[in-house]
Amino acid sequence: MKAKFLVPLAIFLALAGFLGYGLTLNPSVVPSPLVGKPAPAFQLAKLDAPQETFGVDDMRGQVWLLNVWASWCVSCRQEHPYLVEMAGTGGIPVIGLNYKDERQAAIGWLRAQGDPYLATVTDEDGRVGIEYGVYGTPETFLIDKDGVIRYKHIGPINRDTVQKVLMPMIAELSRAG
Amino acid sequence: MPVDRFVRPLNAGIAVLLFAALFSLPSVTLSAGEATPVAENPELEARVQSLSRNLRCLVCQNESVAESRAPLAVDLRAQVREQLGAGKSEAEVVDFMVSRYGDFVLYRPPFKASTALLWLGPLVLLVGGLGWLLLRLRSREQEPALHLTEDERRRARALLEGNPADSEEQRS
Repeated sequence: MKAKFLVPLAIFLALAGFLGYGLTLNPSVVPSPLVGKPAPAFQLAKLDAPQETFGVDDMRGQVWLLNVWASWCVSCRQEHPYLVEMAGTGGIPVIGLNYKDERQAAIGWLRAQGDPYLATVTDEDGRVGIEYGVYGTPETFLIDKDGVIRYKHIGPINRDTVQKVLMPMIAELSRAG
Repeated sequence: MPVDRFVRPLNAGIAVLLFAALFSLPSVTLSAGEATPVAENPELEARVQSLSRNLRCLVCQNESVAESRAPLAVDLRAQVREQLGAGKSEAEVVDFMVSRYGDFVLYRPPFKASTALLWLGPLVLLVGGLGWLLLRLRSREQEPALHLTEDERRRARALLEGNPADSEEQRS
């Protein structure tokens, strides 16, 4: 046992390894148990036409994104250009879930920032948000043709998210079934 | 009379106090309104509180849903209240939360394959540490005791008495 003096060093390195790995994790990102489960159904009033409703069933047969946003949400402003860009290329329909917002503020916000949404529904009391396990805005769900949630992105999306994560998944899901 | 001189100012003082008390009385009764009940159903509220103390607020993760003032925590408390009020059991409400927010919403995560290390880790460390200590102690016991020859004993005694020359002498 000549190398006995190396034991504390080995323990230290193992501990440092674990702690170092911990530093790369983001504690505010909580994995959603809803991935792989059917998207919770909702039937909500449209933002621009409150007398009409829109629901998950209206998107059956399509691969689509559900983007949770609010006009009071600062990081939504940050991700918005990428949503506009994605909608512009026509790759995927995006549905907006306007979370605990005021109708007029939301309409004004979309007018100013651009409207990438095929439809925006309003979740005034945040009930549908709770059904989707939303705990902050923005959050984005990728939902397949059968209405199953395939991916959840927490926080603002950026070019990297779109190109490296969303687009490949969308391409794959669109080919399937 | 000498006595009067002392009594009179005292009487006057009492009169002033009474007068003041008379005026302050109505204001006291006016300001003390009826306390409004915190909850319409205190029993339900107690259940809501005890349940939401075990739920983590996902916005401010070190606070429970019961303590947090984050809007989401307020909404989740309302959900808990509504569901318990509708006759659901505590377990059903917890299932509702877990199915939406995952085990992370619980301060006491359930025991399963992915949390086995979390639950058993400290026990494994404790048992492992005790076992290692026991082995060390036992192996130390089995080490042969140091036996000195008569010669060595004499040298040791000489050294202890501060007489190194003696010990050197013995060695040569």
